[in-house]
Formats: sequence, C-alpha cells, structure tokens
Amino acid sequence: MTTSPIFVGYYTMLRKDIVRILRIWSQTLLPPVVTTTLYYLIFGAFIGSQIAPIDGFSYMQFIVPGLVMMTVITSAYMNTVSTFYFAKWVHTLDELLVSPMPSWVVIAGFVSGGVARALMVAVLVLIVSVFFTKLTIVSIGIVVAAVLLTAILFALAGLLNGMYAKSFDAITIIPTFVLTPLTYLGGVFYSIDQLPEFFRIISLANPILYMVNAFRFGFLGISDVPIGVSFAVMGVLIVVLLGTVLWLFHKGSGLKN
Amino acid sequence: MEDSVSALSIKDLKKVYAKDKKQPGTEALKGVSLEIKKGEFFGLLGPNGAGKTSLIGITAGLVVKTSGSVEVMGSAIDSDPVNAKKHIGLVPQEVNFDIFDTPLNIVLNQAGYYGIPRTAALPRAEEVLKELGLWDKKDTQSQKLSGGMKRRLLIARALIHEPRILLLDEPTAGVDVELRRGMWEYLRKLNEAGTTIVLTTHYLEEAEQLCSRIAIVNKGAIIEQGSVKELVSKLSYVTLVLDTVEPVTAAQIALMRDLKIKSIDETTLELSLKPGDVVNDAIRLMTKIGIQIANIRNSGSRLEEVFVNLIEKNA
Repeated sequence: MTTSPIFVGYYTMLRKDIVRILRIWSQTLLPPVVTTTLYYLIFGAFIGSQIAPIDGFSYMQFIVPGLVMMTVITSAYMNTVSTFYFAKWVHTLDELLVSPMPSWVVIAGFVSGGVARALMVAVLVLIVSVFFTKLTIVSIGIVVAAVLLTAILFALAGLLNGMYAKSFDAITIIPTFVLTPLTYLGGVFYSIDQLPEFFRIISLANPILYMVNAFRFGFLGISDVPIGVSFAVMGVLIVVLLGTVLWLFHKGSGLKN
Repeated sequence: MEDSVSALSIKDLKKVYAKDKKQPGTEALKGVSLEIKKGEFFGLLGPNGAGKTSLIGITAGLVVKTSGSVEVMGSAIDSDPVNAKKHIGLVPQEVNFDIFDTPLNIVLNQAGYYGIPRTAALPRAEEVLKELGLWDKKDTQSQKLSGGMKRRLLIARALIHEPRILLLDEPTAGVDVELRRGMWEYLRKLNEAGTTIVLTTHYLEEAEQLCSRIAIVNKGAIIEQGSVKELVSKLSYVTLVLDTVEPVTAAQIALMRDLKIKSIDETTLELSLKPGDVVNDAIRLMTKIGIQIANIRNSGSRLEEVFVNLIEKNA
C-alpha cells in the first residue's frame, strides 16, 4: 500500500507541530491550565458560590463550558499566528513553499496544529474542572462539533493574522484588543438574557457568543441563541476565512515577495 | 521525447518589486530568457543586486513573478507547479531550517513535504548525511553545528528527494577556502552523476572552475552567456604582467610607445594585447631595448576580465 504524497506532507506538518507543542508544554499547555484553574477558583468557587443559579445550574457549572471555549479560542489562534509568523520570520516557511504540497495542504497543516493544541488544552481544563464541579454532557456530538469548528475558525483567523503581520507586535495586537474583549463579552461569565435589552442585542453581533452557547448547549442543554444559528455562524465564518486564506496563498500575499 | 526537453526553460521573465502603493517598484528582472540543458553545470554570475536571487526564487516557488514563463523539466510553474517543484532542490543563501531541530529531523521532514514517508526516507537521509559528513551530528541540535556544517545541511536537505535540478544560491558565500573546495568537489560529483546544477555566484573563480556554461547578469538582464571559453574569446584584450630583472627606465618606456604598456612599479609592467597581437613581437622589442624579463603571468582570472569589461560597458 502506498500512502498519498499529499497525506504524507500533511502528516509531516502536523507531527512536527505536535512534537513542538509537547516539547515546550510549559509554554503551550501549562499556562491556559493555570489561568483557567484560577478562574474556576475565583469566579467559580469563591464568587460563584454567592451567585444565584442560572437556568437551574450552579454558576460554576454555567461558566465551565465558556472557560473551556475561551482556552480553545486563545490556544488555536495563538498556535497558528505564532508558528506561521515565526516560520515566515526565520524563513523555515520556505521549506513548505518550495515543496510540491498544494496550498490547501499547507493551510490544513497549520490549521490542524492549532486545532490539536486547542483540543489538548480543552481536555486538560475539562479534567481540572472535575475537581470543582460535576460535569454533565447532554450531547457529546454537539460538544465535539462546537469545539472542532471553533478551533478551526480561530486557527484560520490566527493564520490570517500571521500572514499580514510584519512584526512581532502585530501578532499580539488582535489577541489583546479584539479577541480578549470579544471573549469576555461573549457570554462566558453570564447569560445575555440577564443584560438590558440594548446590550443583549449588541451582544448578538459578537460571533464568540454563538460558539460559547453551542458548546454550553452540548454540556448543559441551555443556550441564549438557537443552536442552529450558532452552527450557521461558525460555518459561514469558516468559509469566509478559508476563502480569504486560500486566495492570499494563491496570490502569495504575506508569504512571498 | 523527454530528452529534448530543457531542464530549465525561462522566457521573458520579469519581476517588479513594489515598494509601496505610491512609489513605482524596482525592476529586478527585465525580461530574462534562458535555456539550461539537462546535465549542465550552469552559472549565473553577477554583482550583488543583479537579479540572480530573484531568478532562482521564482524558479523554486519563493517569489511571485510579474510576467513571463518558467518551465522545469517541461512542467510550467504556473499550470503544473506540483510536477515542476518535485524536480527542484533548493540550497538558499541563508540558513533557513529550524535551528532547534536535529539534522536528521530536518531532512526527514523535508522528505515528508515531498511526499516521502519517514521510514522510506531514512536510508536516503543516512546516505546524504554521510556523504556530507553530518551523520555523526544527526541528533545534535542544528544551532550547535558549525557554519560549514550548516551549509552542508542545506545541501543535504535539498538532495533528500533526489531532485533532477539543484539550484544553489551563493552556496559558498563567506565560507573558508578548504570548505569551498570540498563543496566544489561534491557538486562536481553530483553533476557527473546526472544532476543538472544551476549556481549563482559572484566568485568568478567558482564559475570558471565549475560551470560548463555561464550567464552574466547585471541590472536584471543577461548581458552575455556562453561557455567560459566563448566568453574569454570575446575579450577585447588580454592583460599580462611582466616582472623585469632590472628597473625599467622612462627612456625604455618611451621606446615601447607602439605597445599598450603600463608601468606598475620599477620592475613590473602590464602589457595589454588586442586579438591578433603576438606576444613574441612585444618580447622581441623589449629584448632589443635591453629589458630582461624574469617572469610573465596572467593579470588574474580571465573570466574576471570578461566580467569587468561587460559590467563596465553595461554601467
């Protein structure tokens, strides 16, 4: 049996990234676990114990899916933006560009690295959450679909940022000034139904709200927005980002001179 | 049929680097056309900024061309990039591998990008790393390798998928004489085994020693091409340096006014000969006026003279 050259190329990229993620686990896996544990402890255990249940669930149970999704978004994004920008900066990207791998395989390789790191972190923070609350899963299918689509989406977004970035500063601006505020305001810590109408409607424009709620629905069976709409938003955004990244690869923008 | 196909066929290749939206760009290649046959050892010779790296970069898929066409072993880089790229091995000017990874991993990963699984690539990796003297360093973090080893690793990586064309961009820039000679020897061996080699260099000696054919590139255009012999035959003059036994007097120089002669110092003369001039005539005249010649030597690389001539003309 011969393995397809395209699959070998893809597997090589993914293997290399996973080896890197595991080799520097103290930079890639440990920080989100430590941060999320602090969130569990402070917001969930200390403050959360004084907050009334939301839709019949304790505050701790309510925020776990949102916090897991927050680490998924950050890990997927940071993995692709940093590996791609670093590869461009030290020119190891040339190894991929001179190879016969089609652009979509190279994109899939980078995105899969981001997804792999996001999933590893998600599993770790979910394991930690068991020490703080009882984990219930209403639909494993929705949990897996939501986490996969969100990881793919933000890995693509990170790749796009890496392609446009011309300095190390440029790879931290979007996570700090766009991603973090959108995540905090994306229903991780509260239900938007608790907000005044004006802010509830504004929150609906935040795409992260749909991802957090889809994920939460998979665990608890509750959501601020229809689940179908959540998956539609993720699907459309993935198509738009993938189209843009493919087009930029085709043109060579952000990759070649 | 396949044998009639050139290893590399470049037609009217242009590259303009846009500085920004408001400024007109720099024209790095102004319509370059080139045919390189299979098995050739071809040299692209030119000063820094001549366009050599752009030419190599476009061929290897690292630079987007503005217009023109490039075919590698009959496959166009635009319409059939997969086939075009699999024939090429690129040795870049600067180290561009993951310095935190080991030489073995670097070459095996590169094999993977070319569709060769790790286990299948292992014997070939061992072969190239051994040939380039890197096998005993295969598990060392590559940032700990010496400069010469890093250069050799770039070559090993480019050869892992057994390319039919090896593109080398200034492979010996900044390396010591011993290493340079070693690399020349290795490249010669590769070429004899059938690999077409295209090398950019600004070391004239390198081109003269290695290349069967040379193109001289300046300001984005090929200003001359042919074999070293053909290029040298186009020289408008040849310069010889003559060391005399005794100091040459001004009176003796005056008597040689029919010759194109220049006094370098008291006992050194520089004699320029046009095509058709006979050295014996000049020597006879010098003997007649009492100049005894101790030694005659070439003023330097013959190719260097061609190069300087052409670049000056093109300035």
